[in-house]
Amino acid sequence: MQRVHLQGIAKSFGATKVLEQIDLTIEPGEFLVLLGPSGCGKSTLLNIVAGLEQPTGGRIHFGDRDVTDLEPDQRDIAMVFQSYALYPTMSVRRNMGFALKMQGLSTAEIAAKVADVAKLLQIEHLLDRKPAQLSGGQQQRVAIGRALVREPQVFLLDEPLSNLDAKLRADMRVELKRLHERGRRTTLYVTHDQVEAMTFASRIVVMDKGRVQQCDRPEVVYAKPANRFVAGFVGAPTMNFLEGELALLSDGPALRLKENLLPLPGLWASRGLQVGQKVVLGLRPEHIGLAAADDVGTCPGHVVMTEPTGPDLYVRIRLAGQEVTSRMSPGQAPSPGQKVALELDGKAASLFDVADGQRLN
Amino acid sequence: MRRLPLYLMLSIAALMVLFPLLVMLSTSLKPLDEINHGSLFALPQDPTLAAWTKAWGGACISGTCRGLSVWFANSFAIVLPALFCSLALGALTGYALSLRTARWVDMLFAALLIGLFIPPQVTLYPMIVLVREMGLFGTLGGLVFAHTVWGLAFVTLLFRNFFLSVPRDLLKAARIDGAGFLATFWHVMLPLSLPVCAVALVLQFTYIWNDFILGLTFAGPGQQPVTVALNVLAGSQFGQQEYNVNMAATMIAALPTILVYLLSGRLFVRGIAAGAVKG
Ligand SMILES: Nc1ncnc2c1ncn2[C@@H]1O[C@H](COP(=O)(O)OP(=O)(O)OP(=O)(O)O)[C@@H](O)[C@H]1O
Ligand SMILES: [Mg+2]
Repeated sequence: MQRVHLQGIAKSFGATKVLEQIDLTIEPGEFLVLLGPSGCGKSTLLNIVAGLEQPTGGRIHFGDRDVTDLEPDQRDIAMVFQSYALYPTMSVRRNMGFALKMQGLSTAEIAAKVADVAKLLQIEHLLDRKPAQLSGGQQQRVAIGRALVREPQVFLLDEPLSNLDAKLRADMRVELKRLHERGRRTTLYVTHDQVEAMTFASRIVVMDKGRVQQCDRPEVVYAKPANRFVAGFVGAPTMNFLEGELALLSDGPALRLKENLLPLPGLWASRGLQVGQKVVLGLRPEHIGLAAADDVGTCPGHVVMTEPTGPDLYVRIRLAGQEVTSRMSPGQAPSPGQKVALELDGKAASLFDVADGQRLN
Repeated sequence: MRRLPLYLMLSIAALMVLFPLLVMLSTSLKPLDEINHGSLFALPQDPTLAAWTKAWGGACISGTCRGLSVWFANSFAIVLPALFCSLALGALTGYALSLRTARWVDMLFAALLIGLFIPPQVTLYPMIVLVREMGLFGTLGGLVFAHTVWGLAFVTLLFRNFFLSVPRDLLKAARIDGAGFLATFWHVMLPLSLPVCAVALVLQFTYIWNDFILGLTFAGPGQQPVTVALNVLAGSQFGQQEYNVNMAATMIAALPTILVYLLSGRLFVRGIAAGAVKG
């Protein structure tokens, strides 16, 4: 187990800046997930930690050791690639033992270690096959096995599950989590799948445009996104955004949207917020609900359409001239065209600055 | 029957290619007076292998009367080391160039490609000087060197383009596993490139085996390849031309390339399909 410390990491390819000033600490044994849209520099950052790319600025420490200038094999890491990158001409056995062979271990030692890991991952029966003779899921296991055999200090994974079908991906998620709980290796995991991020992560790092937007526990990233980008990127269906002015009614805060007033009971009045200030209100679908008959502080909505997804029902509602999505249980289902009274959960609402999108409350 | 025109076309094409060969075969099986008195296209009345045995073991070429067999062996002594050197060097160079570690690597490759478009005759004289300065002129080593250099551009191109199509993740994985430049080449890249090796092997074998001008220029006496001997045999100005022996000798000389094609057939096709010769 090892602490990984990134300090001011920057990377540009020629004139294009891919990463700017990344400061990040991965605690020993932590499972840190890098989440972000395609092209935001996740793989580049992972490659820099692995030593496959040189950063153009900043230092990397593993524990007390400065590894910035070390080759990948001197860093005591292992990596799993999205494409698995198994050596096509080698059997599974030789694939898994290759790193150990390069380290100069004896044939007997290699065989023993490979056998151990193969047993752990239940791929013993595949050891003599070539990668082309394996299914995607099996290749994936072998790729993980190849990384585990080395007993690395730091485990790096670049979207390892994204080539699998939904069912297999769910199975592998559970398995990876189990493996991590067994070994408690310091892990850096790249994905653009937020479900993956939510299941694994001890902390999530949300990246965009080469910068860290937020780094926190999954619940916090979900409930209190640091800015509009994070708010919009995490969570599906996405958060509803309403732009308006803060207002104060007799019974609590509200948002003024043109001539409409939306009551936001429970909205925490934070320092620096003023009545009349322009803000962007962020509300997750589950925080817009049907009001009970005797509720005060409701606002009128107009159902546009409903989308059943099984356990949940997503309802598109026209509210104060804008469409928002609400999550309801199928039992509540209003029908399209119906007028409803809505209750907005001000306690869970996020407020963002209109100009720079930073969180205000 | 919709395919009849197709087969007809193919048959005609095959016949056009095979006809000269058939004439050669039939002539080589005739005794000499049948050739002198009959038509060139007539089938042998009285087939005999005498011309073949003479061509292989008894014909007089440059003063020795031991047939082509001597030169046949010379050719192998040239082809095998030249083949090994040009493939080994070309594969390694192609691998190095495919890594594209810097911008100038591609320029280096472009420079090498120019070598592909210059016929050996043009650079023959400088090459002679070079080999002479190395003290290798008139030796087997000098000839092997010349063949290796001339084949390098082509073999490098083949391997470089193939290695470029190998997923980069594989190289990254090897680097993470602690394999250096040579270990990655040897354990990962070379085994992948077997079909390309087959293509390079067949084409280089054909090229070097069929070569005449380098053999004539660089080989010392007693080391000349079979193509040079064939020229001496067929071009001999003295006595009567033994067409049947000449034809048999030509076919014997061509046999190894045909065998190499046939033996490597499937790998060769896979290599072509794997993009070995695509740009
Ligand atoms: N070798 C390179 N030369 C130039 N630009 C590069 C290079 N490698 C990556 N980039 C650029 O850097 C940016 C980040 O790439 P990166 O692969 O890190 O994205 P990513 O977040 O992993 O995306 P994805 O989710 O699609 O894998 C991209 O815009 C890409 O075009
Ligand atoms: Mg990526």
